[in-house]
Amino acid sequence: MNRVVLLWLMVGVAGFCLLPWYVLEEGLWSFEWLFDGYPTDSDYAPAVFLLLQGEKLWLSPLLLFLLAPVLVIFRDKSDPLFSKVLCLAGGLGLLYLLAQGFSIGIRGWNSELLLAVFGELGDRQYGFGYGAMLLGISFLFYLTTGIAARGVVNGDVFVVGSIGFVIAMVGLFIFLPVLQMLSSALQDDQGQYSLLVFFSKFFDDKIWGLHCLVSSRGCGVAWNSLSLALLVGALTTLLGLVFALVATRSGLRQAHLLRPLTVLPIITPPFVIGLAIILLFGLSGTVTQFVADLFGLQPSRWVYGMPGILIAQLLSFTPIAFLVLIGVVEGISPSMEEASQTLRASRWQTFKTVSLPLMRPGLANAFLLGFIESMADFGNPLVLGGNFDVLSTEIFFAIVGAQNDQGKAAVLAIVLLIFTLTAFYAQRRWLGKKSYTTRTGKGDGGIPTKMPRRVLYPCYALVTIWGTFTLVVYGMIVYGGFVELWGLDHTLTFKHYITAFDVAINEHGIHWRGSAWDSFWTTLRIAATAAPLTAALGLVTAYLLVRQNFRGKNAFEFGTMLSFAIPGTVIGVAYILAFNVPPLELTGTGVILVISFIFRNMPVGVRAGIASMSQLDKSLDEASLTLGANTWRTFRQIILPLMRPAILAALVFSFVRAMTAISAVIFLVSAEHNMATSYIIGRVENNDYGIAIAYSTVLIVVMLSVVAIMQLAVGKAKTSRRTTPGLAVQAAPDAVVVR
Amino acid sequence: MQTTSIHSKAASVEFRNVSKIYGETVTAVDGVSLKVEAGELVTLLGPSGCGKTTTLRMIAGLEMASSGSILIGDADVTLLPATDRDVSMVFQSYALFPHMSVLENVAYGLKVSGMKKPEVRVRALNGLELVGLTGYGDRLPSELSGGQQQRVAVARALVLEPQVLLFDEPLSNLDAKLRRQVREEIRELQQSLGLTVVYVTHDQEEALAVSDRIIVMRNAGIAQAGTPRELYEEPADSFVADFIGEANLMDVTIEQVDAVAGTAEVSLAGVNITLPSRGMVAGPAKLAVRPNRLELKAPEDVGGLPGTVIKCTYVGNHMEYVVRLAQGEWFATSDDVGTVHTAGAEVSVHFRARGPVLLSA
Repeated sequence: MNRVVLLWLMVGVAGFCLLPWYVLEEGLWSFEWLFDGYPTDSDYAPAVFLLLQGEKLWLSPLLLFLLAPVLVIFRDKSDPLFSKVLCLAGGLGLLYLLAQGFSIGIRGWNSELLLAVFGELGDRQYGFGYGAMLLGISFLFYLTTGIAARGVVNGDVFVVGSIGFVIAMVGLFIFLPVLQMLSSALQDDQGQYSLLVFFSKFFDDKIWGLHCLVSSRGCGVAWNSLSLALLVGALTTLLGLVFALVATRSGLRQAHLLRPLTVLPIITPPFVIGLAIILLFGLSGTVTQFVADLFGLQPSRWVYGMPGILIAQLLSFTPIAFLVLIGVVEGISPSMEEASQTLRASRWQTFKTVSLPLMRPGLANAFLLGFIESMADFGNPLVLGGNFDVLSTEIFFAIVGAQNDQGKAAVLAIVLLIFTLTAFYAQRRWLGKKSYTTRTGKGDGGIPTKMPRRVLYPCYALVTIWGTFTLVVYGMIVYGGFVELWGLDHTLTFKHYITAFDVAINEHGIHWRGSAWDSFWTTLRIAATAAPLTAALGLVTAYLLVRQNFRGKNAFEFGTMLSFAIPGTVIGVAYILAFNVPPLELTGTGVILVISFIFRNMPVGVRAGIASMSQLDKSLDEASLTLGANTWRTFRQIILPLMRPAILAALVFSFVRAMTAISAVIFLVSAEHNMATSYIIGRVENNDYGIAIAYSTVLIVVMLSVVAIMQLAVGKAKTSRRTTPGLAVQAAPDAVVVR
Repeated sequence: MQTTSIHSKAASVEFRNVSKIYGETVTAVDGVSLKVEAGELVTLLGPSGCGKTTTLRMIAGLEMASSGSILIGDADVTLLPATDRDVSMVFQSYALFPHMSVLENVAYGLKVSGMKKPEVRVRALNGLELVGLTGYGDRLPSELSGGQQQRVAVARALVLEPQVLLFDEPLSNLDAKLRRQVREEIRELQQSLGLTVVYVTHDQEEALAVSDRIIVMRNAGIAQAGTPRELYEEPADSFVADFIGEANLMDVTIEQVDAVAGTAEVSLAGVNITLPSRGMVAGPAKLAVRPNRLELKAPEDVGGLPGTVIKCTYVGNHMEYVVRLAQGEWFATSDDVGTVHTAGAEVSVHFRARGPVLLSA
């Protein structure tokens, strides 16, 4: 008997006969249904009970697809009939499941055509629940088992199954929503498809207008975003390079103090820097007031707009460029520079003709990352934008503002997506293969050459200024939370902390009275749910990418890394459009937040996995295979244990990123599931800076401790006898890149 | 090393016109047919990129043949993945699982095949005993020396009693002295257990020392297969002659062939030699002469070719000379470290008996 088929048969039967077929209004984790009319109440009934009661008869063909594999369960997997039956049952079952889900909604038939053909249905259905989910999974794995039996990837059930699962997930939660968004951009107000409408929206003057060149009117948002992103990309690359040079090539003993900088973007919610900039340079900001007093000037709002966003984004994203470029600078083998010097080149000549050209691909990479980051950034423009509109915030206002124009949001999202995807594509096609990393591992001794003075001294100056500025900014964030009312009343107070995080102990136990607790616990819970799922999906994907060969692998890789380049705002809009109606009815639940985190952060897990897996000798897997273990066993017993540090890193980083995310979250939160970041933004919009800053400080402290605990744990794992060293925090560099 | 609760289920390996093509264009193995008999140790030998490792990995099932069929015993395993083949492999890097103890490593394959725990333990311990590592079971691989790690890798492969045991350059990570010892141990084990072994190396001396038969590979195909002695003494072509022990190659003319005696008269710049004809006919041919089959004598000695020593190196147990002749520069060695022909000396170069081998031009 084929055990794999048996497993998925049982899963499918459980889905069809035991669990509620439709989505539960009380949420995924409620279990009231067990005691409230189950299994006959039609809201909670499993599909089989619905059918027995003569309801939802269109579900009955699913049973056929579910049970068909029983016919071949005793056959050998090399029997052509085996694979044929499984492929057909799985593939058709999946198609039928989706087709009926999309055709019949809460108002009966979903399209006029079906209504015309089949007549009035007189019934309706809600979104997929547990039952439908399990049945879908069982169909999916029927299909992959069938495909494997045809000899694809050496007939490996585990590998084909994983590939199928990842493709299904990415398709469902990345491609489907984005396509849905595209389609809604093509619709006019009546829901008719029209290219003309799309083009008129797409080439709207508000997006592409160039008035700012000739008059005082502002330019289109696309140009605003583009010019900002180009500036941020260039400047962060420059600053990042300066930092990297000082950190690695100055010979300064204090240089290692710069490294903690790289942790900052991981633990700082993206808009917090914007807040600090307001505290410093806003109308009632410290610096503004000081300068105004000194020179008798009228305080101005100059910081709101391009200058403010630019400063905030430079502060936020320079550490990312730093992180990337440290790797690049360290990747240049000292022996290259030593060779150059023994050939009579001076330090300056060496730097100019050897070191710098070798860094070129790295510099381009850092630039593109800065560009994408700036394009996708939502928090800082929201806080500091003023009249300077950028794409990401415009998308938000199109949805939540008085306009509520989903079509416009979709068009803007497409414009933004085109920019980021182009940059992403350029980065991969053009830089992916070009690596000048010259360090080869063995036998590459030598001491990194010091920088020439004419490079080094300006670098010192910049680093000192910038470092001080960063310190002041973070100081402001901490200090701001203890001030009564910024700019007016600077007496110290715990007021904001008490409002937000008050705790009382009464006869019922601990009473979380503060206004922030609700969103705080929700955030922790959702981030903690998303983290292991993100890490798991990421690592499995990494395994497939690093260790397996199959047709279409390049497309697979591109697809899984794509969500890297999709800005959060775009995902937010796309999810709202795609998951608002059955069969995937998720908006307003915690599940949609979890899912958005999984797919937003999946590339982090993939990168971490790839980084550490490519350091594992491939012959370890092969040894396990030749010793008779199958791929699943090899994955579980050899690869996973050896990747423990990488798993830990992926866990922590996806957790932390889920806590700091704002751009997609702000579209997806609901009253019931509010997240910390959107709560803070809400306070900022009410000019309630005190609480916002206090809360941000708490978040930063929480995440800092999480990261610190992880570093400790990984450090321990490194020194403990039973782990391979060297796999630890390589995950980190890529982990922060792109929100 | 003689205790064996480990038995051999040795089986033959056969390739029938097997090719391996990567992508569209890169042919790693091109239409290879070969047979390794049960209980035989066969070496795949060749320069890097000749397809020997790919061939080995196709036996293991780690690479799938693009065409042709592979048989182990009488069973066609062409389409079976590594997991389902009864083949074990010792990797170049040993590939010991760093997170498992030595015993766990050796027991891994047994455990995976679903054997009961006590039996797994007994067999694993037997395996360690077989390679002389009794008592090392609780250590981690990182706590063993290179040679010991190598033995663990061998034990891990052996305890499964595979039909075929594969070695992928198993000695390349050991230092020179250890190499000879480990290579002898492998050979002893193979012979005492009657294992079928396929062994990949690029070191011709190692191949000559351990093999029953050697298959020399070149450019994705087989250049020649035979016993070590056949390959050394009767190379099929100049590539094999030069790859297995160096050879000086020179153009000669076969004057006449004595079909009855199987000998050929060869003339080279006025010097006539008689040597086995190897089925060749009169006309141009090539002559391969091993460096140690050349003898340098005083210039007055007749029957030799005149030459000038241009380089003379003392390497301990023998002398190495480069001699310039009208025919080119030849490399010669001499065990006589007492008599030295210094650079610039005129010499007469003679062929020793059973030295030169005729090759087709």
